[in-house]
Amino acid sequence: MDTLTIIALIVSSSLFAATPLIFTALGGVFSEKSGVVNIGLEGLMIIGAFTAIVFNLTFDTTFGSATPWVALLAAMLAGGLLSLLHGVASIAFRADQVVSGVAINFLALGLSLFLVKLIYDKGQTDMIDSRFIKKDIPILSDIPVIGDIFFSGIATPTIWAFIIAFVSWFVLYKTPFGLRLRSVGEHPMAADTMGVNVAKTRYIAVFISGLLGGLGGAVYAQSISLDFSHATITGQGFMALAAMIFGKWHPLGAMGAAIFFGFAQSLSIVGSSIPFLDSIPAVYLLIAPYVLTILALAGFIGRADAPKASGTPYIKGNR
Amino acid sequence: MEKRKFGFVMSMVLAAGTILGACGGGAEEEATDNGGSGEETDKFTVAMVTDVGGVDDKSFNQSAWEGLQAFGEENGLKKGTDGYDYIQSKSDADYKTNLNTAVRNEFDLTYGIGYKLKPAIEEVAKQRTESQFAIVDDVVEGLDNVTSITFKEHEGSFLVGVVAGLQTKSNKIGFIGGIESDLINKFAGGFEAGVKAVNPDADVTIEFAGAFDKADKGQQMASAMYSSGIDIIYHAAGGTGNGVFAEAKSLKETAPEKEVWVIGVDRDQSEEGKVTVNGEEMNVTLTSMVKRVDLAVQDVATKAMNDEFPGGEVIEYGLEAEGVSIAPTQDNLSEESIAAVEEWTTKIKNGEVEVPTVPGKN
Repeated sequence: MDTLTIIALIVSSSLFAATPLIFTALGGVFSEKSGVVNIGLEGLMIIGAFTAIVFNLTFDTTFGSATPWVALLAAMLAGGLLSLLHGVASIAFRADQVVSGVAINFLALGLSLFLVKLIYDKGQTDMIDSRFIKKDIPILSDIPVIGDIFFSGIATPTIWAFIIAFVSWFVLYKTPFGLRLRSVGEHPMAADTMGVNVAKTRYIAVFISGLLGGLGGAVYAQSISLDFSHATITGQGFMALAAMIFGKWHPLGAMGAAIFFGFAQSLSIVGSSIPFLDSIPAVYLLIAPYVLTILALAGFIGRADAPKASGTPYIKGNR
Repeated sequence: MEKRKFGFVMSMVLAAGTILGACGGGAEEEATDNGGSGEETDKFTVAMVTDVGGVDDKSFNQSAWEGLQAFGEENGLKKGTDGYDYIQSKSDADYKTNLNTAVRNEFDLTYGIGYKLKPAIEEVAKQRTESQFAIVDDVVEGLDNVTSITFKEHEGSFLVGVVAGLQTKSNKIGFIGGIESDLINKFAGGFEAGVKAVNPDADVTIEFAGAFDKADKGQQMASAMYSSGIDIIYHAAGGTGNGVFAEAKSLKETAPEKEVWVIGVDRDQSEEGKVTVNGEEMNVTLTSMVKRVDLAVQDVATKAMNDEFPGGEVIEYGLEAEGVSIAPTQDNLSEESIAAVEEWTTKIKNGEVEVPTVPGKN
């Protein structure tokens, strides 16, 4: 393989693998910025993946090639609804948010596998026919060098991930709603005194995180695994959580971190065919993503401060 | 105040549920105990304990259960405790309990499906020396009441290697394994030998994903392999292999004329390879290496019924007993490779060729 092919391959496969993580990590950012820890991202991804696959299999003949997109909407809705459960437990009933998040993870996995069994009478679904594929972007991919590297072999959801990351940044940092959301996460009492409805804001934030988490799972299922089983989502939600922390609870940071994870993994795979890296024993390449992550977390990004009120329920009138 | 009351009621309900649940379980257990020891039947009975995959996992457990059903039908047995039955494990913690349940229900022979049940079988078989057990896909040593059922995956892999060697256009072939281990090396070793046997110039790249459930990684690996000019990938990686199919189908859909093939594993995976390009049905699955767990399960059960239970032995099912084979779907195979597969099958059966169980050093 020549250098250009290798670079193009690394970029395209990093972005492809990072896409679901970007969506889910953005979901985490919304929730945590408002002060609700969301360990349930994994569960939201599972329910998103499940809904998307079932929807896709059921309505494939109705919607044709638009099926994956409509399935995304269904998955978002399912993720949003499940996240409201987490919202009710942690906002209204002031339950421990970590415990409630873990419960979401258990519930999502158990429920979805149970339903798969009930609907299809087997342990995993069939593979879907309509799915997201990697394509060359017209016009842009014709630009020499840059076109080959950045605009060839890109799946459409990847472009959406970038757009949504920027929209999230805009919403969180440039709109009144975003300011309220962040203030609720930093100092809910101050926000409350200023007339911000803390509970309502947090519900909205958690709901958005459910939408994005479900979206992440659905994108993963419809572009990578293509079916749903117990092994479809295994830890991607937690990687998204790590990407969010790595990205310092900032939408663009989270996106960068997710791409970094994808990059590290694809480097470890492609590494064996890069002239300089091929003399390194395979085991070092396999652990490279994790080592790079630890190094990056420990050395380069400095202190990562969570929103101050993250994880603490707001009780009116308490000091 | 309202909330506290609600919480109190909730916890009472939960507590009551737990207590009642415990009662229920106890009573049930007692009943089966009595039932088991009460009546002696002379009918041969057989049970299997699944791993967490369940009897409908489209893989191992399902295949084993099909074997038991066929056995039951053949011998006029009914599903249930006086014929043949399965016990599903919901988590790794259930194996021991389920094996014990099978023993208490006086099944003559109990299967543990999958290597995950090995420790549980070892322990239970030591305690229940009068019962007979069999484990599929792993080896339990030193116990006279346990038969170990394994497969010569290298022989089946050799055959799909022959196909790959004959049908490659680029002379570059890839192998993606789950976790590097003795078992997966059998797939890799046999496959490589098969390719080299018919096409010594072909280059076989062997890589391991390090996991059986990381489709994204499989997808990335396949993407790297296909862009380096490899046109056929054999995967022995379970769920990770889904990513290989995803990548192959994606490539096929964008460039239908491109040669991309996947070789499936464990069962006929032609269903996974289906792709519709511009209204035309295509399939990226070249062929699959099939493990006939059902035949093996049926065979051991028949032996046990005839009082020839091969306790303490390790039985290896290979091409000879049709324990491994090439998938029945052969739409994508050339005449030449079908003939070659037959030829090499005979050679292996005759012992003319010794198929290696580890990949050679390149």
